[in-house]
Amino acid sequence: MSEYIFYPGCSLESSAKSYHDSLNIVCEKVGITLNEIDDWNCCGATEYFGINLTPAYALITRNLALAAEKANGTNTVVAPCSACYLNLAKADYYMREQPKLGTQVNLALEAGGLSYKPGSLEIRHLLDVLIYDIGLDTIKSNVVRPLTGLRVAPYLGCMVPRPDYEKRWSDHEHPVELDLLLEALGAEVIDFPLKTHCCGGHMPHIGPETAYEMLHRLLTSADEHKADIMATVCPMCQMNVDAYQGETNQYFGTNHKMPIVFFTQLIGLAFGATPKELGFGSELVSAKKALAKIGTAPPKTKKTRKSKKKAGLPMPQPLPTGIRINEEEVIR
Amino acid sequence: MSQLTPPVHEIEDLTLLEEVAARTAGVSRLEMCIQCGTCGGSCPSADDMDHTPRQLFAMLRAGMREESLKSNTPWICVSCYHCVVRCPQNVHITDVMYTIKGMAVSSSMYESGTASEFSQTFVDMIENYGRSFEFGLATRHYLKHFPLRLPGMASMGIGLLTKQRMAIKPTRIKNMKQLTDILDRAKELGATHE
Amino acid sequence: MTTKSNSHPQERIGVYVCHCGTNISAMVDVEDVAQWAADKLEHKGVVIARDYKFMCSSLGQELVEKDIHELKLTRVVVAACSPHLHEKTFRTACERAGLNPYLCELVSIREQVSWVHTDKVAATAKSKAVLSGGIERVLWHEPLDPMTVPIHPATLVVGGGIAGIQAALEIADAGHPVYLVERDASIGGHMAQFDKTFPTLDCAACILTPRMVEAGMHPNITLMTWAEVENVDGYVGNFDVTVRQKARKVITDLCTGCGICEEKCPKKVIDDVYEAGLGYRKAVYTPFPQAVPNFPVMDVENCIYFDTGKCKACEKFCPTEAIDFTQEDEIVEFPVGNIILATGYDLFDARRVSNYGYGHLENVFTSMEFERMNNASGPTDGEIVLRDGKTVPDSVGIIHCVGSRDMNYNNYCSTICCMQGLKFAHLVQERTGATVYNFYIDMRTAYKGYDEFYQKVLEEGTRFIRGKVAEVTDVARLPNEEGKLIIQAEDTLIGKQRRIPVDMVILSSGLEPRHDAKEVAKTFGISCSADGWYIEKHPKLDPVATMTEGVYIAGCVQGPKDIPSSVAQGAAAAARVIGKIQQKEMALEPVRASVLEDQCSGCRICNDLCPFNAILFHEDTMLSEINPALCQGCGTCVAACPAGAITGTGFSNEQVLAQIEGLLMDMSV
Repeated sequence: MSEYIFYPGCSLESSAKSYHDSLNIVCEKVGITLNEIDDWNCCGATEYFGINLTPAYALITRNLALAAEKANGTNTVVAPCSACYLNLAKADYYMREQPKLGTQVNLALEAGGLSYKPGSLEIRHLLDVLIYDIGLDTIKSNVVRPLTGLRVAPYLGCMVPRPDYEKRWSDHEHPVELDLLLEALGAEVIDFPLKTHCCGGHMPHIGPETAYEMLHRLLTSADEHKADIMATVCPMCQMNVDAYQGETNQYFGTNHKMPIVFFTQLIGLAFGATPKELGFGSELVSAKKALAKIGTAPPKTKKTRKSKKKAGLPMPQPLPTGIRINEEEVIR
Repeated sequence: MSQLTPPVHEIEDLTLLEEVAARTAGVSRLEMCIQCGTCGGSCPSADDMDHTPRQLFAMLRAGMREESLKSNTPWICVSCYHCVVRCPQNVHITDVMYTIKGMAVSSSMYESGTASEFSQTFVDMIENYGRSFEFGLATRHYLKHFPLRLPGMASMGIGLLTKQRMAIKPTRIKNMKQLTDILDRAKELGATHE
Repeated sequence: MTTKSNSHPQERIGVYVCHCGTNISAMVDVEDVAQWAADKLEHKGVVIARDYKFMCSSLGQELVEKDIHELKLTRVVVAACSPHLHEKTFRTACERAGLNPYLCELVSIREQVSWVHTDKVAATAKSKAVLSGGIERVLWHEPLDPMTVPIHPATLVVGGGIAGIQAALEIADAGHPVYLVERDASIGGHMAQFDKTFPTLDCAACILTPRMVEAGMHPNITLMTWAEVENVDGYVGNFDVTVRQKARKVITDLCTGCGICEEKCPKKVIDDVYEAGLGYRKAVYTPFPQAVPNFPVMDVENCIYFDTGKCKACEKFCPTEAIDFTQEDEIVEFPVGNIILATGYDLFDARRVSNYGYGHLENVFTSMEFERMNNASGPTDGEIVLRDGKTVPDSVGIIHCVGSRDMNYNNYCSTICCMQGLKFAHLVQERTGATVYNFYIDMRTAYKGYDEFYQKVLEEGTRFIRGKVAEVTDVARLPNEEGKLIIQAEDTLIGKQRRIPVDMVILSSGLEPRHDAKEVAKTFGISCSADGWYIEKHPKLDPVATMTEGVYIAGCVQGPKDIPSSVAQGAAAAARVIGKIQQKEMALEPVRASVLEDQCSGCRICNDLCPFNAILFHEDTMLSEINPALCQGCGTCVAACPAGAITGTGFSNEQVLAQIEGLLMDMSV
């Protein structure tokens, strides 16, 4: 049984409820216990930083202080939401990099009877824990319903692979972790070139045209690669691609119908849970058609630009990834 | 209402560049910028910005306070961190953007209030409840800034509500007093860590 | 100036305190210091104490020499600048006057006093203390003679690139034997891979191969290719080198270089080394047509016979029976007097920059791949084509600063990539009708003919965009981007993000130290910087020597540089070596540590501490012994010995303790 301190974040309680439900099911199956921080507060997303520095960091660090109190035996905090993950990691990192900030924040925390020593907690994303702590072999062994026939576009978004203060990911631009995970579930994973491109964040509320442009790029690429569904790790990405797909279609005169779900929902499906308990149906762009493809033979796809027949001059060998499956290092 | 950052002119004897660096969390390395343009080249929303990130930093170095704070650049920044990981001088670009937003807000030097008011509303929610409250945020914000979009967004809104992805009532954390005390003290401590 | 008569028979010390213009005298009352020494330290043996404006001048030195003659001085102490600068000056002056140079001590009251303090009273007092320390110490000095070691006339040159070849030829032409050891199958190095060289656009092979042939045929050069230095023992003038001559599986005495074995070999492999992965070779191969020596080499890992036991086609067809599958590596040992390391560089691995898509996107090429493409004997016969091997590009983008000037990879400038990028632009313009774009941060065209080359490339119509490229992608947003590679960068001079669709992208990759530079440095006993480049003795004034006597460095192993600079360094290193050889012997500083045998307990703590591997342990007597030729007098072992059993000439325990006593002298008395 692996124990972790758990920081759900505001979205998991509401807009990303399916993330919460599905990750609970998945964690139980692979032996992860999540101990939720008592009375945690919002991390401030990207909004508080732009108003006032010290309160922004104090807001985040209250959670770290409460988590550190909870610690009993583990010092790893798992945050499934990308922005929460980044904020917690960033606060800890900057307080170490710039001790004066740490002092200032702790002075503020003192007013609430709390304190936090920078560096005493390790903050990690759920995907990181599943790949590097649980391991792909364990994931594979729990698959009872392989997702064959489903073409998935892995969509990590921007705040998980970057800025990556602790160098946990295989790459900042084209990391392979989510790809390998989805492959382990039996799905056909497309080589999605925009897998770490931004969904636009809060732009739908600030400057919608910018948001539509960014969503349009993602949807066009996913469709070009004939993805049936997008799998993401971030509630903001899911919300933007899902809820604003209609407005984007209107703006560009397109007709994308790309469902986007959380990666844990797909893991749960492969592990044998029902779509309902995993939160399927709560997405606005329905995933029904995509799910119907599971268990069918993979479709014959027209050769895309990428799979041309062997080029005249040899290509360089790819670099090793540092991830192991069945004792062998994966090279991508 | 929350208390804003102390007005920028109180920090008198720093140059604009140094002031921005002092107000940025961590070690910003803003003075290390060699103007290579990787940030402007990476930015997914650069086309909509008044100035590319690199240009904005050049303006800071030149002491162009008003133009820098009035620029829409930091408000169009989506915090994707592409620039940060590619910057050859390891400048903490995104965090500098946050600093400029804060300075623009406290000196009221921005052209359009949409973005700043969104942030301010979000912050109000947190300071009242300790958690974000999307329904409250969305209604307040859209009614003021994008009323014409509301009818088109009705189906989305209803969809989210019926699928229980948005709460109509806010949740408040138990120890709100603790959080308020902490935030009040933090505001007194000010906007720099120098 | 004060002279006193000396009442006891003891050492006669001359003290000289320098003003150094106003460098010292502005902060230290030098006249007072001299006067004080004459008065208060007379009982120690001071017979004269002078102060003078510039002790290092010839007049200043003459003062010393005159006093040695007239006053029969037996010791000299000069209080002036740091010994690093003028210790030699004053020692030589003493020597001229007939006094053993090691009886002269220089104490620093500039770097250690006047330049670092602001209180004149305190500074003057400190100067007196420092001077007193020097005087106490010098009483314990003994006359020393430098030891001489013979210089073996042979030289080892490691690395057969242009720098190594240059050095080898110069030493060989001067009439001395050279061993040129090269790890690859042929000499020539990276220069042999290039097509044209900047700024003259000379064909690389045309100017290199005559040198290679000369080196291969020179009676004074023993060429050992497919060989690596395994071990070096000894010291300057007397190195014992062990080289592993790897087995080529070819008997070179019988081989005629006909090439039939290569032709008949059925196993084709990607050539990672010479063709930069862009072309193929066989399992038994000669790296390139002009290889020196022209003997093939067998790649045992990829050979079908070694893998499965079948084939042996090369052996069957060889007309002179020169193939020998049973050939083993050979260990060769020989003595040399000096060593020149010219092992070159490795190219930065552009796969690390995932936003440029190398390895992922087909038509992104590295600089070396593009060189091979342009080379007439390369995989495309000199045609500039896309990865499909046939399509000529309509538009080419060249990206500068790949892996250089970047804290995410290497934060130094690789010096040659701007010129390389310009050269590529010129070649593309010359050979195709393509539109060329160069993306740069700064244009670094510093040397002779370089900026003129930039002008030439501008004239040819290359488009320059000042902006470090953010991304190379194949995801099109507009119709004119479909099917192309899109280079996304900010055109900083107009302040806008631009997306330029091109057919081919060339990365002007940076230079890195060899991947095993640190291990190789250890073999030769020299140090690397944190980046891995080898450290020269002085960055400005001594770029080819190292801190280890007898080992020199030349070429890119010392840092990225172009061909003219590599050649110059090769020649410089050769000149130093020739100078040493001609002197037939060399004087070593007699400042050395030695073990007091009756106090050594055989604990061996000193053995591993010595940075110069100068300490031997004798198992039979259980005693450590220091090799005086290797010892550089650093003092580490002296300090570390728990029994105090190691003492140093020039820094004996008595000398150091006396100096401390002098420093702590009670000034109030």
